[in-house]
Amino acid sequence: MREKILYLLALAAFVILARDIYVIARFPPEMNQGNAFKIIFFHVPSWVAAGTAVATALISSVLFLITKSFKFDATAVAATEVGVAFLTVGLVTGSLWARPIWGIWWTWDERLTTTLVLWLLYGGYLMFRHAIEEPTQRATFSAVLSIFAFIGVPIDYFSIRWWRTQHPSPVFFSSTGSFPHDWGMVMGWNIMAFLMLTVVFVAIRLEQEQAQREIDSLRRMAHAL
Amino acid sequence: MQPTTIAEAPSAVRAAPVRSSVVHQVLVIIAKDLRAELRTKEAVNAALAFALTILVLFSFAFDPVEEETKMYAGGLLWIVYAFAGTLVLNRSFARELPNDCLDALIAAPISGAVLFLGKALANYLLVMAVELVSLPIFGIFYYVHWYDHFWQMMLVLALGTWGITVIGTMFSALTINIRLREVMLPLLTYPMLVPALMASMQLTVDLVNGRVIGSDPAWIRVLVSFDIIYTAAALFLVEIVLVG
Amino acid sequence: MHALAIEGVWRYYGDYPALRDINLTTEPGTCLALIGRNGAGKTTLLRTIAGFARPMKGAIRILGREPREAATRRDIGFIGHGISLYDELSALENLTLFARLYGIPNPRSRALEWLEKTGLERVRDGLVREFSRGMRQRLAVGRAFLHEPSVLLLDEPFTALDDRAIAVLQRLLREAREQGRTVVLSTHQLREALELASHVALMDRGRVVFQGACTPEMVADPGWVYARYGEG
Repeated sequence: MREKILYLLALAAFVILARDIYVIARFPPEMNQGNAFKIIFFHVPSWVAAGTAVATALISSVLFLITKSFKFDATAVAATEVGVAFLTVGLVTGSLWARPIWGIWWTWDERLTTTLVLWLLYGGYLMFRHAIEEPTQRATFSAVLSIFAFIGVPIDYFSIRWWRTQHPSPVFFSSTGSFPHDWGMVMGWNIMAFLMLTVVFVAIRLEQEQAQREIDSLRRMAHAL
Repeated sequence: MQPTTIAEAPSAVRAAPVRSSVVHQVLVIIAKDLRAELRTKEAVNAALAFALTILVLFSFAFDPVEEETKMYAGGLLWIVYAFAGTLVLNRSFARELPNDCLDALIAAPISGAVLFLGKALANYLLVMAVELVSLPIFGIFYYVHWYDHFWQMMLVLALGTWGITVIGTMFSALTINIRLREVMLPLLTYPMLVPALMASMQLTVDLVNGRVIGSDPAWIRVLVSFDIIYTAAALFLVEIVLVG
Repeated sequence: MHALAIEGVWRYYGDYPALRDINLTTEPGTCLALIGRNGAGKTTLLRTIAGFARPMKGAIRILGREPREAATRRDIGFIGHGISLYDELSALENLTLFARLYGIPNPRSRALEWLEKTGLERVRDGLVREFSRGMRQRLAVGRAFLHEPSVLLLDEPFTALDDRAIAVLQRLLREAREQGRTVVLSTHQLREALELASHVALMDRGRVVFQGACTPEMVADPGWVYARYGEG
């Protein structure tokens, strides 16, 4: 039953994305930035998805510390992995965007910089988990780390923004303010599709994680006997 | 017959009068850490040597004679501080590992927050010492007048260093008995320190170039908020890390 | 009130149960010897009682209180596998440190008192890193005893001790029992432990498979308990 729902969600997401890509391709090129501007339709949703995933990780981490139930730990790591994946998408789309416009592969635009710092933070979380063998300790410590990392999200965002106001550099989109209505609709659909994919990926990863934990504990039991 | 000592009271176990305020306990921990470190001076010497080495190396990358270098030399200073500071902070909880000393500290009637605060303050003093020695050397190597606004500079040093210390000490506790500890600590600490380092760098660059803090209070606010928020988070969560 | 009341305690490492449904009580003034193979769970049990980790299920009460309460911690003395003393500090500095942490009014004189009791007064200013194994263990005993705890939890305290250290420890443990303190010690050294013990508990694979008074048969033939209740 659960699998069917996941399949449907994934299918729906892909259908939406396919349709959106078709529609986007037929939009006229943007005034200043040409067709490269259309990357925003994937750049922004990946940000929304990453943000949602990371917030989910925080909530699961807090719940684990309160309840000590391992399903929350599994959700935390699954959500963080998906979050890092979407942050990577954000970095790559940002880079792909900068290249045709400015001829550079990277710009220290405030959003991109924040994405990079968060990528380092949560990538560190994943590496940290690999360094701890014992499951209870691993879950507890990563939950604490997740809380610290999430506190960093608003602090990073604001400080990097202030930094950028003092040290201006190429910015590729000032704001999504002047967006024509039908473009806004497509953006909305894309965001929804990405969120659906987030749910699907987290669910898949969650199952994988729980299966792995069972194997580990069976292995441990076998060793003890 | 009245028993006069515990040895003569067979079944009574006296409740010993105790004197243990939180402040006293924190001071005991600070004294212990400082005494242990100053007896060997391993971490402090290593940190100082490292700081000097980086200062020298940077001078090859960024020529101090150039006028432009002065504009961002203040930023370089904080990279030196962050790297050298990690050498001290790494040892913080790691020094409790030999002989299982951490067990005795956890078993003692002190809270995790007290233990953390004591260690953080001891670290703070050690890292500040390294920084204060490096600062004039930095000034000499890079022709930088860091003393023009002396007390403001000290304020930035104090706040920025506390940010580094709090995160470094907390992560020292988090990485205490995991694999690749010496790699994981810097890997986790530096991204977390981005806002604090950014603010400290900006403030230092400003001060060195004659702009006093009042002109742009945003960065001081960032530093102060960083310090307060993460100190609170650490004090709250450290017990879970130590005991589970 | 029991000195130690352990009820239905389970402790997991991940999904693996290291302690299964432990039920154990100890009265004040007794000495419980905790025996069992390696991996049976003795260290895990002692550390859980001492409050290093919380049990996932069940409850532990030490003199009626939770292990992690400050009042309880003040009343527990623990010696684990490590001596829990600082190599870079002297014997006196180490004991004074712990006397201060436990809030003892005259920390230095209490430290000196225990250096004498453990026969280390002559090396009081020596750094612990220069001590022999036996001296280190004696100092660890001093650390665990100096705040006069009502409950002593000792994990294999006799392991690799020299004769002098064994004698000191046995004397101090006997005194402790006479003073009404409770001792729980885990051990492989059956003979030394059973001479002191009033009760015995055998652990096997995370369970307590036998607990009862220590009988003369057990002291005479330490392997008896294993043969009778354990799996060899």
